[in-house]
Amino acid sequence: MLQTVKLLGAVTVVAALSACSDMDMMSADGSGAAGAAGGSGSTGQPQGTMSYFEREVGDRVFFAFDSHEITDEANVAIAAQAAWLSLFKDATVVVEGHCDERGTREYNLALGARRAAAVKETLMSFGVTEDRIETVSYGKERPVALCSAERCWKQNRRGVSVVRGVPGG
Amino acid sequence: MNSKCYWRRWAAWALLGAVLAPPAALSQTQSESSTPRVQITEGVIEPVSIAFHPFLAGTAHARERGERVASVAANDLVGTGLFRRTNPDAFIETITDFSSRPQFEDWRVIRVEWLVTGESEDTADGRIAVRFRLWDITQQRQALGLRYHGSPQSWRRIAHQMADAIYMHITNEGAYFDSRIAFVEETGPKDARRKRLALMDQDGANVSYLTDTGRLSMTPRFSPSKQQLAYISFRSDRAHVYVAEIDSGKTELIGEFEGTSFAPRFSPESDRVVMSIERDGNTDIYIMDLATRERVRLTRHPAIDTSPSFSPDGRRVAFESDRSGTQQIYIMNADGSRIERVSFGEGRYSTPVWSPRGDLLAFTKQHRGLFHIGLMTPEGQYERLLTGSYHDEGPTWAPNGRVLMFFREFPGESLLPKLYTVDVTGRNLREVPTPHGASDPAWSALLD
Repeated sequence: MLQTVKLLGAVTVVAALSACSDMDMMSADGSGAAGAAGGSGSTGQPQGTMSYFEREVGDRVFFAFDSHEITDEANVAIAAQAAWLSLFKDATVVVEGHCDERGTREYNLALGARRAAAVKETLMSFGVTEDRIETVSYGKERPVALCSAERCWKQNRRGVSVVRGVPGG
Repeated sequence: MNSKCYWRRWAAWALLGAVLAPPAALSQTQSESSTPRVQITEGVIEPVSIAFHPFLAGTAHARERGERVASVAANDLVGTGLFRRTNPDAFIETITDFSSRPQFEDWRVIRVEWLVTGESEDTADGRIAVRFRLWDITQQRQALGLRYHGSPQSWRRIAHQMADAIYMHITNEGAYFDSRIAFVEETGPKDARRKRLALMDQDGANVSYLTDTGRLSMTPRFSPSKQQLAYISFRSDRAHVYVAEIDSGKTELIGEFEGTSFAPRFSPESDRVVMSIERDGNTDIYIMDLATRERVRLTRHPAIDTSPSFSPDGRRVAFESDRSGTQQIYIMNADGSRIERVSFGEGRYSTPVWSPRGDLLAFTKQHRGLFHIGLMTPEGQYERLLTGSYHDEGPTWAPNGRVLMFFREFPGESLLPKLYTVDVTGRNLREVPTPHGASDPAWSALLD
């Protein structure tokens, strides 16, 4: 129940953000006459850009140590991503799975793949079609937080959705 | 006094002591009635003293080469932790004729146990030759006499082969100095690390590079019999298995699959590669025939199955799997049948690597916040940990099955990983010199 409420809340927020005057030219499925893949400037679809997705929708979810389980927070975040993807149908997504440094190299490549697959499955459960989603694993090779402490490691245990097919913004 | 008997006893005591006691502190009594050559007390070994008399030569050029050869060989021996080199300032006798016997008493009084004399020549065909004699000062006789002949560029290999001959005679262990290391050189900051494949002699000399830093390349492994390396490289953001010809630098993608492939290792006959293939988030172990490119799936399980390693007889494969909940070591037949769990201790066990002697598995163990390099038998018994630090990972075996190399990472933002060696008793932990950061070492077989 709580999860459904959160999900509906997330979808409502994204829908509300979409319902501004700039978006009037867009039909419900996002393919506007101005060109869904057009720039964010003159035709005014700032929501349909990579930077909007990263900043406003949220491009990443986090995992517990040695886990690929999608938490409640992650579920809500992925729902928001799915809602955005339903508005911008030309967008595809590459989900990157990452690990912290506290593991061995090959296992972490496999765990990163599990994490990416878990995000992908969750996106699909929210209606994103499989042909729009790719997965990759970087294991522990691409940390973003560099200290050797849990406050950094938890930032590195992540699934990042990188959108493609829309302007960078 | 039988030198072979001493070293066997030493090795047996050291192994027993390491099994029964923490590696840092061993104490036992020697049962020999005569003065023992090697003392093991409180974890300290008394090294054997060896002296290198300046090699004789007819020209300054050949003499200087002789010095280099002796220096590289001495460095190999001292690096084992089992030898101490006597300072030439202490020498009493000056030898001027390679064929004469030394004045043994002159060496005994300065406590030299083994003496190396040698001669360095330029041969008529534009090549070089080195000959040496190993003298047993205690028994007052020549123990070895060998001659090497090769191109001028081969002087380092001559030095390593000489050191191997000396080492084998005195310790009764197999050779390992005439070998190479493949590894990953790491440079740059932690969030933009550059990695490229490199090769070097086991003592750190002769570093060369196989790939550039444009793409992440990692985990190189030698073919046992061909001049090839298997490794992984990221292409289109995915890890794939490649095989490279060492001499030509030519590389070939062999793991083109949906998903990713990684963790490659050659079979003992060098004709197959065992690896992990990941599909839809699930990672299993496959063997690929390099000639036909056919693959056989060995594991079918939702668990992560990775880090496979062949036994030296090619009949079995050790690997890690988290099918029981956390990473543990398993062994199966090379056709995927009869999967048996081998590790049962607390903690996570990974990266199992079979010793070339077939008697031991080396592995990485994570427990209570520390990473260790450890050993156990293939039956999962007599586990002991050789190292422990913030992060030790990825052991590889020297050709004689008595020394391991691994890499060590350090906490914090700025330190790069480095390579280390340790012997199977847990002694003689040493950093391997590399120009920059280094990880993922792989030790070759003895060179032809």
